[in-house]
Amino acid sequence: MKDKFSINVVWGWLRSALALRAMLVPVLAVFTAMLVGGIIIALVGGNPFDAYLGLFQGAFGSAKALSETAVWATPYIFAGLAVAVAFKGGLFNIGAEGQLALGAVFSAWIGYALPDALGFDLPAIIHIPLAVSFGALAGALWAAIPGALKAYMGGHEVINTIMMNYIALNMTSFLLNGAMKDPSPTNVIARTPPIAISARIPRLFDPEVLRVHWGFILALVVAGLVWWLLWKTTLGFEIRTVGANPDAARYAGINVERTIVLTMAFSGMLAGLAGSIEVTALNYRHELGFSMGYGFDAIAIALLGKTHPLGIVLAAILFGGMRNGATRMQFLTQIPTDIISVIQALVLLFVAADAIIRYIYRIRTQEERVVLTRGWGG
Amino acid sequence: MELKRFGFIAAIIIVLFGVVVLIGSSQSSPLVIIGSMIATTIAVATPLTLGALSGLYCERAGVVNIGIEGMMLAAAFFGWLASIYMNSIFGWAALPSLISGVFFAILTGGLFALLHAVLSITFKVDQIIGGTVINILAIGITGFLNRQMFFEKGSIFGGNVPHAPGTLPSLANAIDGICNGGCDGLVNSISGTVIDQKPIALLAILLVVFTHYVLFYTRWGLRTRAVGEHPRAADTVGINVQRMRYANVIIGGLMAGLGGAYFTLESVPSFEPLMTNGRGFIALAAMIFGNWTPFGAWAAALVFGASQAMQINLQIFRESIPPQLAVLQISYIVGLTPYILTMLILTGIVGKTTPPAADGVPYEK
Amino acid sequence: MTENYMLSEARPEPRRRVKTNIVLEAKGITKNFPGVLANDNVNFDLRKGEIHALLGENGAGKTTLMNIIYGLYRPDSGEMLVDGKPVIIHSAKDSIALGIGMVHQHFMLIPVFTVAENIMLGDETVKRGVLDRKGVAAKVAALSHQYGLDVDPLALVGQLPVGLQQRVEIVKTLYRDAHILILDEPTAVLTPQEADDLFRIMRELAGRGASIIFITHKLKEVLAVADRITVMRSGHVVNTVTPAETDEPRLASMMVGRQVILTVEKGASEPKDKVLEVEDFKVNSQRGLETVHGISFNVRGGEILGIAGVQGNGQTELVEALTGLRTPTGGAVRFDGQEVTGSMPRTMTEIGLAHIPEDRQRHGLVLSYTVADNMVLCDYYHPPFGVRGIIQQKALDENARKLITAYDVRTPSPYVPASKLSGGNQQKVIVARELSRPVKLVIANQPTRGLDVGSIEYIHSVIVKMRDNGAAVLLISAELDEIMALSDRIAVMYRGQIVAMVETKKSTREQLGLWMAGAHVETA
Repeated sequence: MKDKFSINVVWGWLRSALALRAMLVPVLAVFTAMLVGGIIIALVGGNPFDAYLGLFQGAFGSAKALSETAVWATPYIFAGLAVAVAFKGGLFNIGAEGQLALGAVFSAWIGYALPDALGFDLPAIIHIPLAVSFGALAGALWAAIPGALKAYMGGHEVINTIMMNYIALNMTSFLLNGAMKDPSPTNVIARTPPIAISARIPRLFDPEVLRVHWGFILALVVAGLVWWLLWKTTLGFEIRTVGANPDAARYAGINVERTIVLTMAFSGMLAGLAGSIEVTALNYRHELGFSMGYGFDAIAIALLGKTHPLGIVLAAILFGGMRNGATRMQFLTQIPTDIISVIQALVLLFVAADAIIRYIYRIRTQEERVVLTRGWGG
Repeated sequence: MELKRFGFIAAIIIVLFGVVVLIGSSQSSPLVIIGSMIATTIAVATPLTLGALSGLYCERAGVVNIGIEGMMLAAAFFGWLASIYMNSIFGWAALPSLISGVFFAILTGGLFALLHAVLSITFKVDQIIGGTVINILAIGITGFLNRQMFFEKGSIFGGNVPHAPGTLPSLANAIDGICNGGCDGLVNSISGTVIDQKPIALLAILLVVFTHYVLFYTRWGLRTRAVGEHPRAADTVGINVQRMRYANVIIGGLMAGLGGAYFTLESVPSFEPLMTNGRGFIALAAMIFGNWTPFGAWAAALVFGASQAMQINLQIFRESIPPQLAVLQISYIVGLTPYILTMLILTGIVGKTTPPAADGVPYEK
Repeated sequence: MTENYMLSEARPEPRRRVKTNIVLEAKGITKNFPGVLANDNVNFDLRKGEIHALLGENGAGKTTLMNIIYGLYRPDSGEMLVDGKPVIIHSAKDSIALGIGMVHQHFMLIPVFTVAENIMLGDETVKRGVLDRKGVAAKVAALSHQYGLDVDPLALVGQLPVGLQQRVEIVKTLYRDAHILILDEPTAVLTPQEADDLFRIMRELAGRGASIIFITHKLKEVLAVADRITVMRSGHVVNTVTPAETDEPRLASMMVGRQVILTVEKGASEPKDKVLEVEDFKVNSQRGLETVHGISFNVRGGEILGIAGVQGNGQTELVEALTGLRTPTGGAVRFDGQEVTGSMPRTMTEIGLAHIPEDRQRHGLVLSYTVADNMVLCDYYHPPFGVRGIIQQKALDENARKLITAYDVRTPSPYVPASKLSGGNQQKVIVARELSRPVKLVIANQPTRGLDVGSIEYIHSVIVKMRDNGAAVLLISAELDEIMALSDRIAVMYRGQIVAMVETKKSTREQLGLWMAGAHVETA
């Protein structure tokens, strides 16, 4: 008995040490990416040190900076979780962008149109959850379509989710330039009217000073819930099993097709939440074009965070900080904020090809490779 | 190609052409409309064809490449940049600048493909992730450099987008040049409109034929297909699997590069961020629908091209759209056609397709 | 353990080392893989015109040695000589140039290519820039006819039966003028009659001057056809003997290192009621072709029904349809009298089916999951492991510990990923999981494929124990010996139909072999 007990103790200790080890490669990946980014900055005539100083200042250097970083990080957390959940289920959800946009559009609609349609005002306690969940539902349905196409017709979700992105883009352009356009006389751009006060998620502190809102807290809570769902529930077990080995999952009695659709729906729901929180907690309306780029960022965040909710929260804060700080960096040093995209691409590159990092820094770890490509399923 | 697939393609093309002809018939003769539709279809299908060929080379050798979009975008940017450089800074004439631009676009495609090859083949990174990296990298670099070089005061071009050297001339111009105005009849006829294509479009068609020949009639093609179906079998007869894969992926990159050149050197003389607009992914759908064959992919690309041509022509004939079909006036809705078409095709409703057996599987000795 | 297989008496006269007689020699070959010493200072030689068998159980290092000779792996140390001259073989290209050809256990053929294309791959003739398909086809036809290995050069390999595919592989080596042939487990996919046919071809090739190495784990074969037998175990050579000097029990001891019981201890069966009834069962394959053509059989509690047959005759589809992994297209299945045709896997599991799948790594396990998680792969959703949708980790852990001990699964801990276990232990995990439920019917599909002798013995004993406890057992295996050792009744499947159903006592190997090859046999 004692033998087995001590084995478990040692094993548990090893696992936590490995957890720290697990962070090593992502951290080094970020470091190396910033190094290469610095070289690029130098090549186009800028000063990398000033640039990164500005970046850091803008990201974490003051209460305002931290608040803005949290604001940027919130949709990243949701979108990163969305991609990660899909990954765990063996699926590649590149459609986070479209799901996010639809989540934003529909929650905005509930936010500004519902009281008028009903004829009376709604209390915040009803209006907020309604707006948010409507957006989440929209995202879930939008992702469930490619999910069903994959599960029942074998259509590969990579291309289908990308197509859904373009369709969503067209749809929202259509709506925001037409039926949902802000009718106020001073408005010329494609955006919705502001949502009702009762649909707005409150700020954490004095709204005049800091923009950080309860949506950030919600994101952290949801990250915890996702962790719990994936590792502590039978549904999570099914999702992960289908992702790890769909043949064995079928053998184990799991309904693989239904699980694929559920996984995509769940993933889309999280992406939709990203959009609806942005609308109800930050901008109080939806404007065309705000959702650009989230999709790919979400993939980078999910991989950097090793598809684990805790890692994703950290990665989202990092990316949020970089995007936030880039404005200050540009202000101080005239380096365009697009360099952040390059750095993020490099981060993704080094995380994906962790063998490169391990080779450079002589690390020896044996980790599970993320394997998603199974051909086009012909 | 199987009858079902052929029938589907024919049906869609008839519908797309038919809609335009019906609506535009009040403004122009049907034959002229058809001629112009064909011409536009061929032109617009060019990046799709080249993108599909790019995917073909990679996947026939066993490497999945979803980074075609990024390769085309980067190629479009760097090719354009090169042509402007040659034109504004080195003072070359328009045509040589454009041709050098094409050259640099092809080179860019090849370099990005090299990166994809290193990631997928040597480092055995998951190929879809690798392709995503290529896409993100391309978006980031082109966005950054575009702003840096053209919109920043301190940059080489002084903050102004210099006058671009135009676009590549079409066949009509060439014929004009040769005939010195005596061939007007030929050039202005309907068939003249159809074959009045620009160089990259014509090159794309030639490459389709060439690829078919290489893939199915040469030693290179046999070995490539072997490596994509059963790399271990190829290994046991002495074929260097990694080398074949590298070579094919790079060739795929060169094709994508040429496809990218279309956007900024043949279609419009300027660069917009994200201007490829999903064409790289539609090209992949074309490749899948064409069952990984050059002619099949080309046929699918033409279908997509036709849907885009329809969109363009409906805008031209806006006023003639009857009120019942008012929805067709909305470019956003009509613009959905290629995307919905892609999804429909991918469901396999029109028949199952068979990818190369070892597609997407890194080869381990 | 005394190695009492060494003959001390009557040694034949010392073999004279005639240098020119030895066409291939491997000296001191050592090869390490992560965690495994595959070849440990191996010495091996091949004489001209001989058929030299390389015998050993799975994992002994035979295939590694041959892959080194063929150039697919490089040895860590050691040297090789061809015709007395030292050679360095970097890749298959080198070995092919030296006249070495290899027919692998899993065919290295491309299904979508024709026979001619497969044969010329890597050595293509090109006429004016284009592949000379016609010329090669003619050459292949002539060559295959010359050696009595006729095959249609224009046929698509994927559509050829396995026996013909093997011929293509052999012709492939002859096309490249190979005079040293390596055959890796060539009879694994053949009926006994086809195997005899192969031996005839081998003898003829050897008679014409080819030197053949043939790898196998089957004792009867080496005694039937080899001139010399080299036995390997755990990476090193145990001994090299001639068939005259040895017999099956001695060879088996050499292979395993201890006394081996070659038969299974089994009492008489006491069959009870029918548990599984299959009637006019029809199943389609993945591609939509009917592969099981309306078969009928039943299995009773307390008996083992073995289905014999070479792989590819519908067994895979049959098992998939019975266990819920595939929907049948016709017929009926009854379990304990209850209609269950086309049920889902979970339904079958819940009414008492245990399924030991053919492909343990694909269907039976999630390799990246821990042993503990794999133990509950099919039961996670109900108490005690899953209560109201939540996983009960404590119950899961305790279950794992219990089963690991009960079934003697060798693993450092329950939390090691299943990928780290040996094949035998992986199979034990599956068996432990499946048989720890209340079970009425066991369907075991190729349960001992690729396993070491110790694991094979264990699995066999477990199967017999289940039978003795009253379960019905349906055993599907391509190893005829296994079927004959374990089954009470034997059915033979050929081209999707049951062509024979006999009691084991009343059948002979020869009869069964003929049935497996589709021939009609008069039963006594």
